[in-house]
Amino acid sequence: MRFCLSPAARRAAGEAFLCTAPILAGFWFVGVSYGLYMHSMGFPFWYPPVMAAVIFGGSLEFIAVSMLASPFAPAATAAVALAVQARHLFYGLSMAERYRGMGWKLPFLVFWLCDETFALNYTARVPADTDRSWFYFFVSLFNYLYWVSGALLGGLAGAALSSLPLEGMSFVMTAMFVVIFLEQLLHERRPWTALIGIAAAAGCLRVFGAEDFMLPAMGLILAAVTLFRRPLERAAGGAS
Amino acid sequence: MTALTPAEQAAVILLCAAMTVLTRSLPFVVFGAGRPVPSYVRWLGRALPPAVFALLVVYCLRDVSFAAGARSAAELLGVAATAAIHLWKRNMMLSIAAGTACYMALARLLG
Repeated sequence: MRFCLSPAARRAAGEAFLCTAPILAGFWFVGVSYGLYMHSMGFPFWYPPVMAAVIFGGSLEFIAVSMLASPFAPAATAAVALAVQARHLFYGLSMAERYRGMGWKLPFLVFWLCDETFALNYTARVPADTDRSWFYFFVSLFNYLYWVSGALLGGLAGAALSSLPLEGMSFVMTAMFVVIFLEQLLHERRPWTALIGIAAAAGCLRVFGAEDFMLPAMGLILAAVTLFRRPLERAAGGAS
Repeated sequence: MTALTPAEQAAVILLCAAMTVLTRSLPFVVFGAGRPVPSYVRWLGRALPPAVFALLVVYCLRDVSFAAGARSAAELLGVAATAAIHLWKRNMMLSIAAGTACYMALARLLG
């Protein structure tokens, strides 16, 4: 594969690898945790890499495991998946300009547009002597490979170390969402929408119970941020 | 493991994949030609993520109850530990690893 790439592509691959190296550490850590978590839930080692390769969205993959362990509910699955992934709409909006004229690479760039790839490709200052489209392509490809290989490693590690006391590993999902949520709180000047999220979720959990609260909670959140858009926007410091 | 049939499992995984592809590709289809983005859509992009992640935290803790006793106490203490470690060091990997280790230790100690 390598020798049939043009020098420009090879140069871009090198630049992209340097940029994505920190992501490699993070993705292997979370990917291995994901593999161990699925192992602790009783799934064979090849489930984590297959789910990582097909879905390619960390948060949703964790949620998908608990969906696989619950009764079959396709409507709720689709709605929850849509809510968890909705933020990607805004990655696409931000990248639409930059990804213009990418030709055959565009479908790959779109499928691989995860949080970290967006963050890198959106903020990267591509060196003047490096081909932009190849650079974006390799950043996206490398992050994808890191994530899938991390999940495979975790699945294999779980199978190899099956005597490890992994009960409680499922908490890795809780911890991950707590940290992401905190990061978002720390970046907001006024955490009103976060509070709306907590209130809607806790209220619906109480009324509808643990099995059925996600759909009504999402509806309530959408209604609240739509209805109170003006005051919320003002509190958050105007439009940006 | 799972009580779902292989076809149902495949359906869950493919639905998740389809929604992901939908959210990633829609902007390129709808706004690809440089059309302006409605301000309501922009607003949702800003307002929804913190609310959705709050919802996901609650989803993870949905089985917490006073009746469940020790396990619930371990979960709440685990969340507090994760948050405290994160506010202290602001290092995502450290917070997730240490928070999970705290929970696993607490679940054994209390359980």
